[in-house]
Amino acid sequence: MATEYILEINNLKTQFVVRRRRVVRAVDGVTFKVRRGKILGLVGESGCGKSVTAHSIMRLLPKTAVIPEGSIMFHPEGGESVDMVQLKPTGRKIRSIRGNEISMIFQDPMASLNPVYNIGDQIVEVLLEHSKITKKQALERAVRMLELLSIPKASERIKDYPHQFSGGMKQRVMIAMGLICRPQLLIADEPTTALDVTIQAQIIELIKEMQSEFGFSTIIITHNMGIVADMADDVAVMYMGKIVEFGTKEDVFLNPLHPYTQALLKSVPILGNAGEDKLIPIRGVTPDPSAMPPGCAFEPRCDFATEACKTCVPGRVGVTDSHIVRCVHCIGENLDD
Amino acid sequence: MTESNVLLELNNIKKYFPITAGMFRREVGAVRAVDDISLRVYRGETLGLVGESGCGKTTLGKCVVRLLEPNSGSMQYNFEGEMRDLLSLNAQESFAARRKIQMVFQDPYSSLNPMKTIYQSFDEPIRIHSNRSKEERRELIARLLEAVNLHPEYMYRYPHEFSGGQRQRICIARALCVDPELVVCDEPVSALDVSIQAQVLNQMKDLQEKLSLTYIFIAHDLSVVEYMSDRIAVMYLGQVLELAPARSLYDRHIHPYTQALLSAVPVPDIRAKRERIILEGDVPSPADPPQGCRFHTRCRYCHARCIEEMPKLEPLVADSEHFVACHLAEERFAAGGTEA
Repeated sequence: MATEYILEINNLKTQFVVRRRRVVRAVDGVTFKVRRGKILGLVGESGCGKSVTAHSIMRLLPKTAVIPEGSIMFHPEGGESVDMVQLKPTGRKIRSIRGNEISMIFQDPMASLNPVYNIGDQIVEVLLEHSKITKKQALERAVRMLELLSIPKASERIKDYPHQFSGGMKQRVMIAMGLICRPQLLIADEPTTALDVTIQAQIIELIKEMQSEFGFSTIIITHNMGIVADMADDVAVMYMGKIVEFGTKEDVFLNPLHPYTQALLKSVPILGNAGEDKLIPIRGVTPDPSAMPPGCAFEPRCDFATEACKTCVPGRVGVTDSHIVRCVHCIGENLDD
Repeated sequence: MTESNVLLELNNIKKYFPITAGMFRREVGAVRAVDDISLRVYRGETLGLVGESGCGKTTLGKCVVRLLEPNSGSMQYNFEGEMRDLLSLNAQESFAARRKIQMVFQDPYSSLNPMKTIYQSFDEPIRIHSNRSKEERRELIARLLEAVNLHPEYMYRYPHEFSGGQRQRICIARALCVDPELVVCDEPVSALDVSIQAQVLNQMKDLQEKLSLTYIFIAHDLSVVEYMSDRIAVMYLGQVLELAPARSLYDRHIHPYTQALLSAVPVPDIRAKRERIILEGDVPSPADPPQGCRFHTRCRYCHARCIEEMPKLEPLVADSEHFVACHLAEERFAAGGTEA
C-alpha cells in the first residue's frame, strides 16, 4: 500500500514514571506525518521530547517508559502497514524493521561505536542479521558503501577500529551502518551536534546526496534552526512534548505563527548581521516537565499570553492545509475533534 | 585605535605540550597548540577568537589569564599607561595583575563548587583581592547578582539550585567581583540552550557597556562571535589566519579558510542561497602540522609557494585593520574578496 506518507504518527504519548509515582509526559500528544522521499526536520530545545519521539518510533525506550495512547503507522513500500506501538519491543516483527526498514543515526559517534570491534564487523552485523548473504559478500557491500561516503582506502580502513577514525569519519561510519540495509526511513538524531562546522557541512551534504541517491525518507532531529532551513522539506517545532507548529519549510520560516517559533528565530544571531539587531531572548526557563503549567506550556514565557492561555491547552489549528499550529490565537480549522 | 589604547599585546606566543614516550618519559614531540601568535587587544573592545576544536583558542585564552605558562613570547599589559610584560612580573606585581584579568569558563555545571554557596564562592576572591569588611563584601555580592538579573537573596543558595543559564550568569558575575579590566570568556554559551543563549549574550553586552570591560570572546560558533565582537581573529592549527573588524570579515573575507568556515555555518533563512564550500578531509594533527601554510592541505587555491613558505599575518595594503596570513591575500583582495 503506497500512500503519500511513509510514517503517520497520531496523538502519540510517551510517559516516564519517575520517583514518587510522578509522571513525566515526555511526548504528549504528538501528531505528524512524514512524506515519502522527503526530509522532515524536528526542532526543539533539549528536553522537549524530540529524541524520545524518535526512540518511540524505533521502540528503543527504556523499561520505565510507557506509551498509553497513540499510534505510529509505518507504511513501507511494497509491504503491509504496521502500527509500531502495537508491536512487542523485543518481538520478531520489530526486529525485522529496526535497522532494516527504519534505521537510526545517533548523536555521538564517539559513544555509539563499539571500541573493541573493527568497523567492518560493526557495519556488516546489521546486514547479516537482515539478509541471507555470506560475510564476504556483506563486507564487499560495506566497502562499497564506505566508498560512496567518500572514505579513502575503504577496503583497508574497514579493518580499522573506531579510535583510528576522526569524529567526522566516525559519523560517516555511522551513516554507513544506517544505510547498508537500504532503509526506507532514516532517523538522524542530532547527527552533527558533536562535530565542527566544516565537518558538519560535509555530513549535511552527504546525507542530502545519499537521500537523492537512494530516495529514502528522513527525519532529522536537531536544535539548530539553520540545519533545518538547509535540509528539511517539512518542519515540526517541538516544545515540552508537543508539536507547536508544523508545516512546510516555507510555512514555518516565512510565516511562523506560533509565538515560540517566532521567538526562537529571533533569539539566535544570524551570520552577517554583525550585532546590528539586538537579540530578543525568550524570558524565563523551560518549565519542569513533571510540573507543567495547566494551560499552554509556553504561556509563562509568551509575550502574547492572555487569560485563556492559562487555563486551556490549545488544540491543533489548521491554518492552511499544510500549516498546523497549536496556539489559541491562530484562526483556522480545529483539527482535534 | 591608537597605541595608547592597547590593553594587551601578545608577541609571538607559543605554547607546546610535550608528547612523551618510553620508561623515562622521553620527549618525542610536541603538540603545537599555540604556535607563534601575535595579537593586540584594545581597551573596551571585544576580540572574538573563532576556530574549530583543537585550533588552540582555549589554550591561548588560558595563557592570557596565566593558567598556562607560554613556552615563549611576551604579553605586554597596559598598567595605567605603562606597558609591562606579564610573564616577567615579580610575585607581588603578578598578584595585582591577576585581579585585572579574569576568566569565564565554558561549562557552568563544573565551574562552580557544588559544596559552596554562591556567597562563599564570591567571597573568597573578594577577600583576597581587597580589604573590604564583611558587610561591604555582602553588599558588593548583592550588587553583582542584581547586575546579572538574579535576586540578591540567591547568594545563600547552592549551585544545584540554579538552571544552566542562571549558573552561567553567576559565573560571569563571579569573574566581575574583583573588578577586572579584561575578561576572557571561553565558550560562555555553548553549553546553553538556544533560548537561553540570547539572555546571557545580551547580559554580557550590557555589562561591558556599564563597567567598560574588555572581552576576549572565544567560541566555535561564528554567528555568536560575530554578534559579540568588534574584531574577530580566525584561528587554525595554533595560528591566526585572518584578523579583521567583524563587519569587514563578513563582507570581505580574504582567507580561503575563513571563506569555507563562513559558508559552512547553517543560516536559519531559507531565502539565503549560498554556495557552500566543502573542505575536504580533516584538520591535520597539531603534533605534526603541515609545512608551509598550515591550511594548504585543504585549500583549493594551494600552489607551490604555499607548500614551502609559511605566510605571515600582515595587514592588507588597502586596509590596515584587516590582517591576512595568505600568499594570495592581495590578489584575492583585488579580485573583490569573496562573497559570503
